[in-house]
Amino acid sequence: MLKLINFAHSEIFMIGTFAALFTMHGLGIDHAIGGFALVGALLLCALAAAAASGGAAVVLERVAYRPLRKRGASRLAALISAIGASFFLQEVFALRYGRDTLSFPRILSKTVLFHIGDGAVRTDKVLVVVAALVMMFVLDRFVAATRLGRGIRATAQDPETAVLMGVNIDRVVMLTFLLGGIMAGGGALMYGVLLEQTRFDVGFVLGIKAFTAAVLGGIGNLRGALVGGFALGLIEAYGSSVWGTQWKDVIAFVVLVVVLMFRPTGILGEALERARA
Amino acid sequence: MLLELDDVRVHYGKVEALKGVSLTVEEGEIVSLIGANGAGKSTTLKTISGLRKVSSGHVRFAGEDIGHMPGHRRVERGICQAPEGRGIFPGMSVVENLEMGAYARRGSVRGDTEDDFDRVFQLFPALADRKSQTGGTLSGGEQQMLAIGRALMARPRLLLLDEPSMGLAPKLVSQIFEIITEINGQGTTILVVEQNAAQALARAHRAYVLETGRIVKSAPARSLLEDDDVRAAYLGGRIGT
Repeated sequence: MLKLINFAHSEIFMIGTFAALFTMHGLGIDHAIGGFALVGALLLCALAAAAASGGAAVVLERVAYRPLRKRGASRLAALISAIGASFFLQEVFALRYGRDTLSFPRILSKTVLFHIGDGAVRTDKVLVVVAALVMMFVLDRFVAATRLGRGIRATAQDPETAVLMGVNIDRVVMLTFLLGGIMAGGGALMYGVLLEQTRFDVGFVLGIKAFTAAVLGGIGNLRGALVGGFALGLIEAYGSSVWGTQWKDVIAFVVLVVVLMFRPTGILGEALERARA
Repeated sequence: MLLELDDVRVHYGKVEALKGVSLTVEEGEIVSLIGANGAGKSTTLKTISGLRKVSSGHVRFAGEDIGHMPGHRRVERGICQAPEGRGIFPGMSVVENLEMGAYARRGSVRGDTEDDFDRVFQLFPALADRKSQTGGTLSGGEQQMLAIGRALMARPRLLLLDEPSMGLAPKLVSQIFEIITEINGQGTTILVVEQNAAQALARAHRAYVLETGRIVKSAPARSLLEDDDVRAAYLGGRIGT
């Protein structure tokens, strides 16, 4: 959107993981629970994470992006501004909560549900996959079918004409950041439930991987990002089993470089280009 | 008076693009603004729509000073523009592009666009056959029709058209101008910017000639068609239709 990649999004995500963690602490949950208590706790954490990330994203837009946009600054300036905001947020959290890894309580008992071949399918993974698919589906429908979704796409495709249609660009950009923040918050809770830890720089590698997934799928293409993320996950998992898990990140970055070199439009990027031609 | 520009100046950085433009558009008129490339025609329309900032002077619409109103609010007031280069959203279908035209509508009329779709497809039957095609795959003429149709979806009081004839075959140009006249007959006031002065003058009630950011002539359109300077400069010394 807006032909600009929010490189501080990883810190928005990080804030979400902290919000989810503190909510769990606040609720006083330190052991696995089940039933309605679990659902309620997860929903509360999701709400807190989404609110924290969404709020942070809106503030970020106001402070780090809008002043540049108003002056018609270059995309490079926005990128530098984002990196600055990113460092700032990381350091604030590092100073406040330390540089050590913080553990999440295990609120979800992780039992093996069934096996596919040699792979064990655990409850937490099923939950995360289902939740991620639901979030993607809702976002996709939202952007495709609602009035605000149309406003977002119009602004992305041609901001000046969008104004001529009566789109309030400032509002649309703000809501886009809010939306992105809420999604990051949801993702942050899933990360917490799955990996049960966070740190001030948790977003960094994830951010680059999300970027890789987006590039792989085709920048600016929601469905492409989903496909790209899935493809990257498979490549990483397969690569890890061949060369060992310590090579996982290397594999992801090699994928990023290779895609940028040979197919910068991504997997679904060409379809998008054709539609725009 | 529906629209009034009063000594409007607009700057691009240090360059003064409009050097005190004054013009008026009365309710129900077609007014043409003709001039060469770079004279400031598009800048004038962009200023009316709020895409360019006024350095000094006033823009009044229906008695209200809108010179510093954000662009999206002006659309709500009833000013709609089919911009230069058409500004079709390439990734959206014809129907979605038209829906964007109705974006600014409020309250009870927001969802009630059926009549407007009918009207647009009646004016431009070619679009009716391409409803689900994406904007980027349309021909130039179809894109221009879509741009005008989209602007109509807002039910504008004032329709601004920026070079509707650009890049179109002569036959299509007269067709587009016929439709512009028809839209005006249905009660929409129109301000049209054109390099194709012959058509623009033949169809308009009044016209202004813009040269390097200044209005140099203002007269009933018919009389400008006979004006020697205008004929030499913009009509190639002859009158075409």
